[in-house]
Amino acid sequence: MKREPSMLVEARGISKQFGGVEVLSDVDLDLHAGEIHALLGENGAGKSTFAKILAGVHRPTRGTLKLNGSKVDVTNPIAAQKLGIALIHQEPISFPDLSIAENIVMGRQGGGLLSRVPWAKIIADARQYLDMLGVSLDVTLPMRGLSIANQQMVEIARSLASDSKLIIMDEPTAPLTPREVDTLFNIARRLREEGRTIIFISHRLEEVRMLCDRVTIFRDGAHISTQKIDDISDEDIIKLMIGRTLKKFMRKHVAEIGDIAMEVSELSRPGAFEDVSFTLRRGEIIGLGGLVGAGRTDVARALFGVEPAISGHIRINGVDAMIHTPTDAIDLGLAFVPEDRAGHGIFATLSVEHNLTAAVPGKIAPSGFISRSLEREISRKAVDDLSIRLASLRQPIAELSGGNQQKAILARWLLTEPDILILDEPTRGIDIGVKAEFYDMIGDLAEQGRAILLISSELPELLSLCDRILVMSEGRITAEIPREEATQENIMQAAVPRKGVAA
Amino acid sequence: MMNSTPAPTRELAPARPTWHIVLVRPETMTFLLLLFGLVGASFLSPFFLDAGYILRSFTLTAEMSIVALVLTMVVISGEIDLSPAANMALSACIFAWVQDAGVPLPIAVIVGLLAGLAMGALNAFMSIRMQLPSIIVTIGTLIFFRGLAQVIAGDRSIRVPDSFIGINNVMIAGIPLPVVIFVLVAILLGLVLGTTAVGRQIYQIGTNQQAALHAGINAKKIKVGLFLVLGLVSAAAGIMAASRLGSVRYDLVLGGELQMVLMAMLGGTYIFGGRGTILGTFLAAWLLVIVSTGMTVANLLPAIQLTVLGILLIVAIIATNFIYARTQR
Repeated sequence: MKREPSMLVEARGISKQFGGVEVLSDVDLDLHAGEIHALLGENGAGKSTFAKILAGVHRPTRGTLKLNGSKVDVTNPIAAQKLGIALIHQEPISFPDLSIAENIVMGRQGGGLLSRVPWAKIIADARQYLDMLGVSLDVTLPMRGLSIANQQMVEIARSLASDSKLIIMDEPTAPLTPREVDTLFNIARRLREEGRTIIFISHRLEEVRMLCDRVTIFRDGAHISTQKIDDISDEDIIKLMIGRTLKKFMRKHVAEIGDIAMEVSELSRPGAFEDVSFTLRRGEIIGLGGLVGAGRTDVARALFGVEPAISGHIRINGVDAMIHTPTDAIDLGLAFVPEDRAGHGIFATLSVEHNLTAAVPGKIAPSGFISRSLEREISRKAVDDLSIRLASLRQPIAELSGGNQQKAILARWLLTEPDILILDEPTRGIDIGVKAEFYDMIGDLAEQGRAILLISSELPELLSLCDRILVMSEGRITAEIPREEATQENIMQAAVPRKGVAA
Repeated sequence: MMNSTPAPTRELAPARPTWHIVLVRPETMTFLLLLFGLVGASFLSPFFLDAGYILRSFTLTAEMSIVALVLTMVVISGEIDLSPAANMALSACIFAWVQDAGVPLPIAVIVGLLAGLAMGALNAFMSIRMQLPSIIVTIGTLIFFRGLAQVIAGDRSIRVPDSFIGINNVMIAGIPLPVVIFVLVAILLGLVLGTTAVGRQIYQIGTNQQAALHAGINAKKIKVGLFLVLGLVSAAAGIMAASRLGSVRYDLVLGGELQMVLMAMLGGTYIFGGRGTILGTFLAAWLLVIVSTGMTVANLLPAIQLTVLGILLIVAIIATNFIYARTQR
């Protein structure tokens, strides 16, 4: 007889509806004690929703959860914490002005309303939990200013403090450097050895393969398959995730490279970037690589006039350009898809229609008054062109999946008929299927003779799409690599800051 | 077992039915409350359903209601202005003082309006140019304007000439002129907010100012414009009040800013910006008049009236937030 691993969680028939949309339907899933279990799926496939149901953020519309064999009702995150379930967010949510120690013991019960706060014990406990993780931080410092990796460590420490048996990590590695990822994985393995169960949500297959024991694939809100990671190939995983075989993953575009569209010389904003110069031609895709914080986004914001440079010149189509505001940039034929979609891109509560036409008031209101029919026609066409998936043009854009929101932002800019597009991490947090669509679109845009500056942290994306790759490190351009010579290695070499190198 | 059959493509949610969209609009609640108030008041007193009486009662708050319409737009854009009532008083005082000193009446009116515009400009400069929080700025200017009004007028009433008195007695097709002006301003602003590109941008700025900036929308310019219009309209409202009252004191519409905010909130305007309509504030202005006159007709004590108004505001805010929470998520 085979020994059955003991079940920590048994989920049966879990379903969740949001405003009439079923985002999760009849999911059955068993989690073993002491395993690392990956949840995979495209964005909107339901994996995050499922995780949030476990963590008490959402309540299921139907279905039952059993924890250690007994039925539980996870009504809210505090109940989850008491049951020993912790959710580690991708962008950790913490109290930035409280100390690390206070954040770690946050939510702990005990002590009367007026009893003294046992500071010494809080600090000692916090140290102990961080020691268990092998992290050395001064626990009396405030959270503010910690790196995202360290913030995650604090969240993990918090889950230890509440003695969590199930730790859910929702895309924890996205903002981390490779070394930080290694540290995180070592900790995850150690937690597994202690008999804790970890749910690991990620888009990166290689990470799943390195870390996880079993993998569950979600698609369109349904549980598709659960396998041992060693029993399934990458191709099969991708096939199950998208429900169709992938055509060639990334296309090489063939665009005629034309005149100079933009010429940037000695652009500087002290503290952000120095002496940035490059030329961008029509039909050309230039990649801007580098580590997070290298100043790439600052350059993009300066070019678009969000936060103008202090010195330097920008020439557009051979003419000196003064770009002080985004309006100036738009008038010159620039478009900018920002990295922070929720903060800088969408108007979350406004309709898709209003979001699409936000940058072209003149097109929908030629006389000053908005023409509803014109607006609907323009929006409908934009939705069709980019095959944006939605229920209605009038639904709030926040109801769309991340990928479709991003398409809507791109569509907004295409309506301005830009000559130069600046795309800042356009495929971040977007599932593989939609990513491929974005690559096609970016290639098409270049073929139409537009000039594209693509900021990306994903090296394969830069390598397969770009004609030239500029690499930034600590605010300066450290390398310019033509397509033929570009490799992951030489990009990373230029990206990693080195001390004492006289340029 | 490996499940290789493709899952059926999930159907997207159908668009919400029209009745649903109408029902979750916050001004629907204002409208229902209005109907409820009308029925209730006429039940309490058969004399209530006298249109002339209601209209005459409305002239008492018509000036503030007009200002509340503009204030609604300011709130939707994500700012707030608590100084318009003080602006009304100061503009009216300046107007009355100037004409009392012998300046011809039309020029005195223009001076009063320019004073209001300048007050709007001061608010705009500090809130938008210096990027200070408008709630603090306008609490400051509220006190400042009121204080200046007291400096100018002292404890006395400044009389306005008899020829200028009685805007509320001017009837157009049997409707008092202030009510006509209120309706016209509501229609005008409703059109601006609901059908023009600028109106659309006011919502976008209030929803997400950063996104508006990135979409090339000049938020500062629009907000400065709104503060200027609010200053100008407040001054006009103050001068209208002077005409209705026949004299001006520094304490004209003292505390009126809260009633204006109450109208906007009762009409479903979201205090953090991005949502609200002119129609909502329009209905709320009528609701307040109906409720307070209804209670007066029913011989309710003023103290009870105040309590009811307070409860009304709390109910409105709970309902608005509930509706937004339901529709947003």
